[in-house]
Amino acid sequence: MAEPQHRLLGMTDGEYKGVIGLLGREPTDAELMTYSLMWSEHCSYKTSRPHLGVLPTENPRVVVGPGTGAGVVDIGDGVLVALRIESHNHPSFVEPYQGAATGVGGIIRDILSMGARPIALWNQIRFGDLDNAHNRYLFGGVVAGIAGYGNAVGVPTVGGEIAFEPCFDANPLINVMCLGILRAEDLVLGYNVEEGAVAVLLGAPSGRDGIGGASTLASASFSGDDQEKRPSVQVGDPFAAKKMIEACLELCERKLLVGLQDLGAAGVSCATSESAARAGKGIDVNLDAMPRREEGMTPPELLVSESQERMLALVDPKDLPAVLEVAERWETQAAVLGTITSGDTMRVFENGEIVAEMPAGSLADGAPLYERPAEKPGYIDETWADDPELPAPADAGRVLLDLLDLADLGDPSWVYEQYDHMLFLNTIVAPGNDGALLRVRGTNKSLAVSSDGDSRRCYLDPRRGAGRLVYESALNVAVAGAEPIAIVDNLNFGDPEHPEVMWQFIETLGGLAEACEALGIPVIGGNVSFYNSTAGGHIQPTPVVGMLGLADPTPPRPPRLDAGAEGMELWLLGGDDTPDFAAGAYAKVCGAALSGRPLAADPEVGRAAVQAARDIACGGEAAVVHDLSEGGLAVAVAEICIKSGVGARLDVDDWRAVFTEAPHRFVAAFRSVPEGIKKTVGARRIGVLGGDMIEMGHLAVVPLAEAATVWREAIGRRMRGA
Amino acid sequence: MNIAVVVFPGSNCEHDVVHALRGVGSNPKLVWHRDDDLSAFDAAVLPGGFAHGDYLRVGAIARFSPVMAEIEAMAAAGKPVLGICNGLQILCEAGLLPGALVGNRDLSFICRFVHVKVESTKSSLTAAATKGRVLRIPLNSYQGSYTAQADVLAEVEANGQVILRYCGPDGTVDDNNNPNGSANGIAGVSNAAGNVVGLMPHPERASEPILGSTDGKVLLESFVSALAEA
Repeated sequence: MAEPQHRLLGMTDGEYKGVIGLLGREPTDAELMTYSLMWSEHCSYKTSRPHLGVLPTENPRVVVGPGTGAGVVDIGDGVLVALRIESHNHPSFVEPYQGAATGVGGIIRDILSMGARPIALWNQIRFGDLDNAHNRYLFGGVVAGIAGYGNAVGVPTVGGEIAFEPCFDANPLINVMCLGILRAEDLVLGYNVEEGAVAVLLGAPSGRDGIGGASTLASASFSGDDQEKRPSVQVGDPFAAKKMIEACLELCERKLLVGLQDLGAAGVSCATSESAARAGKGIDVNLDAMPRREEGMTPPELLVSESQERMLALVDPKDLPAVLEVAERWETQAAVLGTITSGDTMRVFENGEIVAEMPAGSLADGAPLYERPAEKPGYIDETWADDPELPAPADAGRVLLDLLDLADLGDPSWVYEQYDHMLFLNTIVAPGNDGALLRVRGTNKSLAVSSDGDSRRCYLDPRRGAGRLVYESALNVAVAGAEPIAIVDNLNFGDPEHPEVMWQFIETLGGLAEACEALGIPVIGGNVSFYNSTAGGHIQPTPVVGMLGLADPTPPRPPRLDAGAEGMELWLLGGDDTPDFAAGAYAKVCGAALSGRPLAADPEVGRAAVQAARDIACGGEAAVVHDLSEGGLAVAVAEICIKSGVGARLDVDDWRAVFTEAPHRFVAAFRSVPEGIKKTVGARRIGVLGGDMIEMGHLAVVPLAEAATVWREAIGRRMRGA
Repeated sequence: MNIAVVVFPGSNCEHDVVHALRGVGSNPKLVWHRDDDLSAFDAAVLPGGFAHGDYLRVGAIARFSPVMAEIEAMAAAGKPVLGICNGLQILCEAGLLPGALVGNRDLSFICRFVHVKVESTKSSLTAAATKGRVLRIPLNSYQGSYTAQADVLAEVEANGQVILRYCGPDGTVDDNNNPNGSANGIAGVSNAAGNVVGLMPHPERASEPILGSTDGKVLLESFVSALAEA
């Protein structure tokens, strides 16, 4: 017997019965297709939503919290900042260039939908080991796709994160984040929409690309024949996007819109039903009006096409001529697709016939929610019991060079020099530092943004790992002189129908929530990506956070990694040097198994460290302020030395203190040491910059030139297959 | 002293160029590529970006935009015309500057600071600079490698139309300091008269201390003062 259609579309029998109950009849093809997408995990968050409530989402700065196109915070002076993060994991595995490119396009449209100008992008990307040719193909393709799209669409990519871990071999993670700026009066929320408002489809014509992407690609695990899914990956056109962006921004600025939404997953069906539901209204959609680039498209295809570079604008009918004029001038297509109606029904017409008639709210918010079973994975207790005593290094200098040679820790310029990271003249601290610093022109403020993720520590202890991630990210913006004010998170997990994955997910949320509460940072948006599993293997639980920091005023001399110089004193501050090697880079270069239990964050020390880092970064006396993360003190100091072109002499004698990854620590290099530095949390003088060697007490002496060569080549040599 | 900054669909550096030109005391104004009357302007800048998506070939579609007839007229009238990055590509495609730009030697996009040496001060872009001075300015391009037929290249060199050349921090011109494989390390050229100029690096990105370099200012100042003299 043939499989019923709803199952082929990724819908369960129970969900199908739910649709019949809602409609009081069997759904039409167009309706079934629409529900299958709108109720997919990707669109509905039906598994994650019952748990997301633990995250703090409010504080006085938050204008728009999670659940809309993007989170929005108020930074004063009448300026709002919109921030959003998304994943494009599965499309990028199937087709790395276009998958990554359209991920960038999608996140830009989310920001645009708030009426904000997208001014900066980040990406957090994870792959299997680069010694594998297929991983090099994926990594190279993803970077080229981000560059090809982001550069041409005219939004600079100012930072990101790269990591390599065997669990991403068959399921790379491609997360993208975008930040936008808008004047408070230009915010478009789409709540106050009157009956009779017209829905205008702006941008590119629709084709058959991306049909069913959200259900069959984003909400299912991979098996082995995934190249067949290539038709579900969309193709990006940054030029069409650029024209559409400029048109939309002019419409917002001239107050010609009452609502604006991007077309992403589930295409027209999602944008129209969500727009109507948000306004508490219904909508009539006329498919005949849709510009298309293929003939013979059926109503289901038209409704769910995920063709890129499209936005849906809601417009007061009196403004329609002006809207069409703006679109024409920017050479972007505009078509009147529908009309907002009273009631709450979404009706879809083709050739004057109704092809779908559904309660708009049932699509946007009606998916069943699942309390999936959760169970602590068997490996957890074992690994916590097995905290391996790692051997002292036979040659600490060799270990430092091995750490600098890790693709995760090596010079990321191979990546970010392929991205335009300077457009708009805002980038005052460039990629390659802990967090980029962007000035907000027209004010004396700057935004520091950091993006960090973790999989290894979260695998060992998701709660502790996620908490540590938040503290590290907060410290990353603090060392740029900024106060952390908001966070977005992207939660990448395996198949939630496995109880151990649900346990990881719930624990991770708990860790994020505790840390955000302790630091007083609201979560203003997020994304959940489940089903990162291939052939039964799950990825390590991988939360990624984007931390928004506000520097007010802009530090007069923002610290940078390359500003170190001969004679500067080096101080280590914040947390202490408790040995913490579980999941650390030291264990990785020792070839030790991933085992043990990482230290938990210490809220009191963590908060104090963030405050101290910010004070020092703003004080003007520190040339460099640098967060300690992977590879601990040794790698942090080596990075300063390499980027500044000067050696260091460290007064250290315990290898554990040099390589531990204990939390809440940062290092500063001072032009002149501030008075009272000794009263700062955890402050200890650890050495001085100078010479052309990196000297770690009696442990090791590494020539700076050798360290620099290894570090600079860590990615490049692998990409050349060497 | 009015400067037209031409916006093509797909341009993206226009606001940055306006900002930097204001910083050197001029009065720039954005004009759309369909504008067909630039008679009110004394000079024009074609900014960077991806005009018409760089589709077909960089600059190939942009050269047919209605505004280009006006740009040609300005060039012929001796008014200063500057192309930055994509703007240089368009001016080459339109035949207003010699040569063409092709894909970078390493086939990847390059965004970083590079050094260029002032090779000639007989152009609207370099008149206020000193010959031999090394400038640190960001490059931001994929199709950034300058090329020309052998005879054109020889003529451009012989006429002193090479105005900027990639070099090391100390001014060394060699293959190691040539980021994209440009012929003879050419980073900027002028027409024979010197009023039409173009360069691949972005002087507007090196025009304030907070951006890490102010070396681009001398080029923009040259251009604006050329305007005063024209």
